[in-house]
Amino acid sequence: MHPALFGTMAALLVASALSVILQRSPIRSALSLVVTLFLLAVVFLFLDAQLLAALQVIVYAGAVMVLFLFVIMLLNLQEDRPAMAKVAVRGAAAFIASLFVLAAVRFIVGGAPSTGTTAMSTAVSADFGSTEAVATLLFTRFLLAFEVTGVLLLVAIVGAVVLAKRRLV
Amino acid sequence: MWIEVGIAVIKTLTVLLLVLSLAGILGWVERKGSALIQDRIGANRASIFGFAGAGLVNTMAADPLKFLTKEDIIPKGADRLLHTLAPCVNMFPVIVAFAVIPFGDVLVIGERVINLQVAPLNIGILYVLAMMSLGVYGVVLGGWASNNRWSLLGGIRGSAQMISYELGMGLAVVAVVMTFGSLDLQAMARAQGHLIGGWIPGWGVLYQPLAFLIFLCAGIAESKRVPFDLPEGESELISGYFTEYSGLKYLMFFMTDFIEIGVVAGLVTTFFFGGWQVPYLMSDGFHFPWGAQLLLPQIVVALLQIGSFLIKVLFFCWVQVLIRWSLPRLRYDQLMRFGWKALLPISLANALLTAIVVLAFQG
Repeated sequence: MHPALFGTMAALLVASALSVILQRSPIRSALSLVVTLFLLAVVFLFLDAQLLAALQVIVYAGAVMVLFLFVIMLLNLQEDRPAMAKVAVRGAAAFIASLFVLAAVRFIVGGAPSTGTTAMSTAVSADFGSTEAVATLLFTRFLLAFEVTGVLLLVAIVGAVVLAKRRLV
Repeated sequence: MWIEVGIAVIKTLTVLLLVLSLAGILGWVERKGSALIQDRIGANRASIFGFAGAGLVNTMAADPLKFLTKEDIIPKGADRLLHTLAPCVNMFPVIVAFAVIPFGDVLVIGERVINLQVAPLNIGILYVLAMMSLGVYGVVLGGWASNNRWSLLGGIRGSAQMISYELGMGLAVVAVVMTFGSLDLQAMARAQGHLIGGWIPGWGVLYQPLAFLIFLCAGIAESKRVPFDLPEGESELISGYFTEYSGLKYLMFFMTDFIEIGVVAGLVTTFFFGGWQVPYLMSDGFHFPWGAQLLLPQIVVALLQIGSFLIKVLFFCWVQVLIRWSLPRLRYDQLMRFGWKALLPISLANALLTAIVVLAFQG
């Protein structure tokens, strides 16, 4: 990935991410998040991770965020009033946010944790990020994690059904 | 380097122009088809110097001009930015979905072999599904940004419907992927070139008849057409999520509808009806099962393949028009019940069965 291209993408990404928290209207915030997730998928695409990019769009931009929008529309949320947040809540939020900023600054100033190579210059094999390569990894090296995640999702689905049913009875 | 870029640009522009003109032609086919089925003379009002061209003048010249000259109205209290953005967000994913649908095998010019597919992506079909899942936003935004109850109801109906039918469609595609062992649509089309028993073309529909039916149903539901057109339901919602649109923006919603027909037809053709395959046509000419041969130059073969693809796509567009004008609209609970309790379990069972059969044949 060309540094200039990466810079452009990263700038757009940060701008849309900022837009998520700066927009007053919840709908626009949610849509900014969609744009952020989509741009992240584009970055994945430039980094040769085609499958990851497609899954990112299908799962996050295409499914999860639609449900977010759905809820916002059905609840008919109005513009957020900043004054309503309590001082303590705002203080806690500011503290957590500053931790993230500190971590980011440390990362930028001190450079990435040493892994031997830098991400920009790593040459990848021809089938890197292809469906076959990811599938092979999933079903060999990460089989246990893969299966456990499957069970976890199953539990979540059953839980959702139980919660939805209880309301009716 | 520049020649490659040039070829890519030419391929992209050709497909884009084809898709847009397909939308125009389908606008005419839809009206003419409805007139034929309802036993009336249709789409014959517009004429240029007495030439009505069986109504083709309507869609090719009169319609765009009329939409262009209409006032563009944004309702009071609507979100102006999102209201304008919605038709674009609706149209974009549908058009770019065509990028991975192959319209021919290869074209050989001199030393150069051109793959007749705009974007040869390793993840092909996942890309189409990703674009289809983005299609929801145009509907939701159009509905919400119009500041109109009918629009909002239409938008919410539309998104619920599209999310529900995406599942059935996705699982039908899973079965197809397992059959061909690839996500790349060009590889799928090539895999359908063999003959079963030396006579019958080995098209996907023979291996996956159930997936074909599921995919067609889900595809029509995804493009929100009768019998699944509740988001527009004019007797209840005026015209649903695009009630408050006029002029060019309305035309964009209108065209998206027709391009979606084209996408579904293109995918059905590629998955189940051999894509660009012509029966008995190999890369060097016809090889008939009774032993006769007819050798053809490569360019003729490529043109035959492109023609075959276009004919198949137009046929499935026509099938969708036929379905639209012959069926009544479902009720909303029927729509949801069909999607979740019929289509989804059947496609799950189909995927499982396919997995077992594929495993048995491999192992």
